[in-house]
Amino acid sequence: MFTKLLNWVDDRFPFTDTWERHLSKYPAPIGQNFWYLAGVLMVVVLVIQLISGIWLLMSYEATVEEAFASIQYIMRDVDYGWIIRYMHTTGSSMFFLLIYLHMFRGLLYGSYQKPRELLWILGWFTYIILVAEGFTGYVLPWGQMSFWAAQVIMSLFGSIPFIGEELLTWIRGDYMISGITLGRLFAFHVVLLPLALIAVVFVHIIALHEVGSNNPEGIDVKKHVDEDGVPLDTVPFFPYDVMKDIFAIGVFLIIFCFIIFFFPDGGGYLIEYVNYEEANNLITPEHIVPAWYYTPYYAMLRAITFPIGPLTAKFLGFVIMTAGMVIIAFVPWLDRSPVKSIRYKGMYSKLALCGLVVSFFVLGYLGMIRPNPLRTALAQVFTALYFAYFLLMPFYTKYEKCKTVPDRIKLQ
Amino acid sequence: MQPKPPSNPGRRKFLIAATSIVGAGAVIGAAIPFLAAFNPSERAKAAGAPAKVDISKLGKGEMMIVEWRGIPIYIIRHTEQSLLILNRNLSRLSDPHSEENQQPDYAKNPNRSIREDVVVLEAVCTHLSCAPKFYPESGTTNFDSDWQGGFFCPCHGSKFDLIGRVYSGVPAPTNLSIPPHYYESEHVLVIGEDGEIT
Repeated sequence: MFTKLLNWVDDRFPFTDTWERHLSKYPAPIGQNFWYLAGVLMVVVLVIQLISGIWLLMSYEATVEEAFASIQYIMRDVDYGWIIRYMHTTGSSMFFLLIYLHMFRGLLYGSYQKPRELLWILGWFTYIILVAEGFTGYVLPWGQMSFWAAQVIMSLFGSIPFIGEELLTWIRGDYMISGITLGRLFAFHVVLLPLALIAVVFVHIIALHEVGSNNPEGIDVKKHVDEDGVPLDTVPFFPYDVMKDIFAIGVFLIIFCFIIFFFPDGGGYLIEYVNYEEANNLITPEHIVPAWYYTPYYAMLRAITFPIGPLTAKFLGFVIMTAGMVIIAFVPWLDRSPVKSIRYKGMYSKLALCGLVVSFFVLGYLGMIRPNPLRTALAQVFTALYFAYFLLMPFYTKYEKCKTVPDRIKLQ
Repeated sequence: MQPKPPSNPGRRKFLIAATSIVGAGAVIGAAIPFLAAFNPSERAKAAGAPAKVDISKLGKGEMMIVEWRGIPIYIIRHTEQSLLILNRNLSRLSDPHSEENQQPDYAKNPNRSIREDVVVLEAVCTHLSCAPKFYPESGTTNFDSDWQGGFFCPCHGSKFDLIGRVYSGVPAPTNLSIPPHYYESEHVLVIGEDGEIT
């Protein structure tokens, strides 16, 4: 009976084929470790964000008069509205935490190297969409931080020479951030960007299943296959990897629920306290900070305090901040190393990656606190260190001594 | 079965090119309403109409905040003392003589104002558009050891003097903007329009 139904479906839709290709026969390399969990966890977070988002949308109103009040309404009057909102706010921070871990994994094990360049770029697009999603979503509660963060970030476009002012008015649709701006950010946040995100994530996974997953050794498992053409150092994704993933999802959800139940503000990092005050276009809060996941780039923006020629410091800061995100996309072509994994790369690569991590954390911290001359100088040094990782990569990966990569994955 | 090659490749090429061009034109045409819808709407423009302010209650050394186009506008009446110290530390300012085009011509003077004692400023930091805070008292503050009174931007630490001239060495590149304005009568200030006689 079931076989007959399956055959009927298979004649009309490649169900069995898809199942085998992406699950039951998809070869997952053995020896994958902790760093390989972020991907599947992000799929879980994406689902959490979509579902909680749809429910928030039922009660939220995107007008200047009602936006702030409708959030309070969700928090107080809607049954379990608070938990749905906390899922969404916690989910956004988790999404960024996981994508940064995921990107770090890529750098660690050279997962962007040939033939995974396109896979890396697609992943980079999901990051950029996520950045936009986070920004637009942040404005919607229409608190003080929402308003002034939007004001600061959007006015960056005003720094573009010649066209800046007109462009800024066009983007805002008004002479100042207003209900009109809120309306368009809302439309982007709930329709355009989620659609784009789902589409790019889908293509990202298709591309992954085409080239196959990397592994911590950076060994190409396709070199040794059995008589059916299945790589020897792999196991079927279903059920072996899926079991491991389900366990990880369980642990992740425990942490996630702990935050939602006991620590939803995250000490002011997951939900900033200034945002409990309604937006006021006449008064700027004492201290403007973006959400933690943007602070490294925000520190870069503030680090540029000097003009170069006709270009203002503010425009250059904008350029550097953007470049900090864009340069990540070029890593596949910057890395000239014959080996993939950091385990077999030389000392320079290890030092450079350490430098990147340190500068990312230091910039992230500097972006959260008030600037003063010393901190600005520090931000400049670490911005330079951040870019050094990328810009010097063609040299240090080429001229260092690498270890020989074994032929097969050996499990301890 | 393979499709037959076209019998008249020149004509086919022409038709493909012509269709592509017309199609591209249609895409551009169709994009116009979507792009134009991002411009400020008529309602937003109407809300941007000039604002009238009664400044008779504004005391010396006080500041009032009004709204024009959603932008906070600061109106400050100087004290005799603050007028005296205005030009004391010109060397610390980056554009002391208001050379940059940040004010209407009738405000391009040492006091950056029409009336000597009243200055009208757009409270939009020329760095990243936060509203600078008013610190009228001179002396030592936690952001300046020799403060002469003025505005301090909480976002990124830009400093301006009492008439909105920017200090050098801060992120903001230019002085605060002065909106178009005129006095309808002694006490009624109109913001958002140049007067008839300037």
